[in-house]
Amino acid sequence: MTDNKITVKNLSVGYGSFVLLKNISFDVKRGSVFIIMGGSGCGKSSLLRVLTGLNAPLGGSVWIDGKNLTTAPEAEKNALMRRGGILYQSGALFSSMTLAENIALPLQQYTDYSPAAVKELVSLKLNLVGLAGFEDFYPAEISGGMKKRAGLARALALDPDIVYFDEPSAGLDPISSKHLDDLILNISETLGTTIVIVTHELASIFSIGTDSIFLDADAHGITARGNPKELLKNPPNKIVFDFLTRGDPHAQKPE
Amino acid sequence: MHNNTPHITCTRDAAHKKILVTLSGCFCRFDDQNQKQALHQMVTDNPHNTIIVHSDHLESWDSSLVIVLTSLIQTAQQQKVKLDLSRLPKDLNALLTLVFAVNRHPPTAKIIQSDFLTRLGKAGINCYQSTRQGLNFITDTLVSFGRMMTGRVVSRPIDFWFALEDSGPKAVGIVALISFMVGLILAFVGAIQLQTFGAQIYVASLVTIAMTRIMGAIMCGVIMAGRTGASYAAAIGTMQVNEELDALKTMGIPITDFLVLPRFVALIVTMPLLTLLADFAGMLGGAFVGISMLDIAPQEYLKYSVNAFNITNFLVGIFHGFVFGIVIALCGCYYGATAGRTADSVGVAATKAVVSAIVWMIVLTGIITVIFKVIGI
Ligand SMILES: Nc1ncnc2c1ncn2[C@@H]1O[C@H](COP(=O)(O)OP(=O)(O)O)[C@@H](O)[C@H]1O
Ligand SMILES: [Mg+2]
Repeated sequence: MTDNKITVKNLSVGYGSFVLLKNISFDVKRGSVFIIMGGSGCGKSSLLRVLTGLNAPLGGSVWIDGKNLTTAPEAEKNALMRRGGILYQSGALFSSMTLAENIALPLQQYTDYSPAAVKELVSLKLNLVGLAGFEDFYPAEISGGMKKRAGLARALALDPDIVYFDEPSAGLDPISSKHLDDLILNISETLGTTIVIVTHELASIFSIGTDSIFLDADAHGITARGNPKELLKNPPNKIVFDFLTRGDPHAQKPE
Repeated sequence: MHNNTPHITCTRDAAHKKILVTLSGCFCRFDDQNQKQALHQMVTDNPHNTIIVHSDHLESWDSSLVIVLTSLIQTAQQQKVKLDLSRLPKDLNALLTLVFAVNRHPPTAKIIQSDFLTRLGKAGINCYQSTRQGLNFITDTLVSFGRMMTGRVVSRPIDFWFALEDSGPKAVGIVALISFMVGLILAFVGAIQLQTFGAQIYVASLVTIAMTRIMGAIMCGVIMAGRTGASYAAAIGTMQVNEELDALKTMGIPITDFLVLPRFVALIVTMPLLTLLADFAGMLGGAFVGISMLDIAPQEYLKYSVNAFNITNFLVGIFHGFVFGIVIALCGCYYGATAGRTADSVGVAATKAVVSAIVWMIVLTGIITVIFKVIGI
């Protein structure tokens, strides 16, 4: 088996006749923290929806562990989708359920754990994201940063091999955002989970990213790829350089 | 003339092919079409000249002046007129640079002007696709229902009890009130005709037959479509906006199991009961008019009501209520689950749910009536 967790072949992403990304190919190494960057509206979220199997691509295919997600029959596709946890931009917790119920839902659905074991697992996941003791809170009763953590706990419920994040730091203050980055790094290191993150947060890109692609709206494709720090040292084009330095030519290179 | 009045003065130096434009006064909310037109005319009449803009007596300005200058720059470019803006205030020049610095164009979403046949074809495809989507949804719901029967469904009993309470006890008041009023109205309208024959006693029969056969169910259906159908669409549509539906999908939990089924079952349980309530509330309304205004003796009214009461009619009415329950739940949940991802799409979903539920209820009433007629019920 290769060490590629996700392989994307000639993928086209868009809606109907509206093509956002054309014929892109890349792969995500097992255990890496893979960053998808690019300007607003270039199709990052749409790409993520295709990677996770929520939307069908316009063309091409997505392979997970050497299995074709795009053409897999319904049951196999569901099984492949379940290997990945997703942290949505808003957390996407079910508002009518407590945090414990939210996290327990996938466990009850796909495992045979006894209620007592489920309860313990829920506590474990909440501990993992720093929300110990918040079992009986409803999503409306906690802050935005906590919602994202709780969403992450739910994403981790079934011990996924891959966790996808859509702009995890959007709407968080710098400290919460840093904590979330630390958390992501921790999870990647301790659990060996492959991480795919859509983000514009430069601090996150440089501090946790081990590999990345840069999507360009005008080119409808990937205009740069590689370790973000390397990209900053040898930017392949001006847009990438501007993006990574916020357009400031005197920007400090990361340590 | 007041000192502050905005003024554009154009003086032409024909010999040197120069035009001097002087801006003076206060260019705030400036909207003098004559002056703008005069400036435009001056530029278009004198191509290949040089324009120098002065602003020594410019006191203050806002976006309205920026518009004048942007259109001046554009006209000058078209007429190959050289434009010297260097004497303008620094901040104004900076703003103008910013206006023309926009170098991004909307993404290449091509709006293709298509001919009639193409549009007709597209409409056909859309129609086919949405019909198929709708049928798929109904099938999925039925499959979920089947799974519930065999006890393999993924849904929470609490959601069902909540939906049941919301569409049952909480709806009793409004259904009873409106049906009472409808009974009242039926009795009034009927009485006007029947009184001319001295046959007002038949108001009792009229109200009883009308309410039990169809009016009870229809009133219930309309109220519940507006009340519960809309709330289903809004609740599920909001979950779409919050990406909660995506979360369910990635967990492999069918939406029809988890969200639709509890609401669906709740409505098919409560709708027949509410129809029963509506029937009797309507008859009560009729009795109120008959006894208190038409001076019919209570025993007489009751006797005629009981005589007119027909168990088949009554069951047909209840059956309609049951069907309407299915229609309202399906429309509400379907439009919620297919809602867009913006805030206003929740409103759109709620509207569609109510309108389509009412339309389908009327259509189905017609179909059921014809079928029952044929089989003789
Ligand atoms: N469901 C949809 N149908 C049609 N167009 C969409 C849909 N979702 C997003 N888009 C369009 O696709 C483009 C890219 O969206 P998105 O993938 O969310 O970008 P990003 O996450 O990179 O900011 C946007 O222009 C958006 O309008
Ligand atoms: Mg996005």
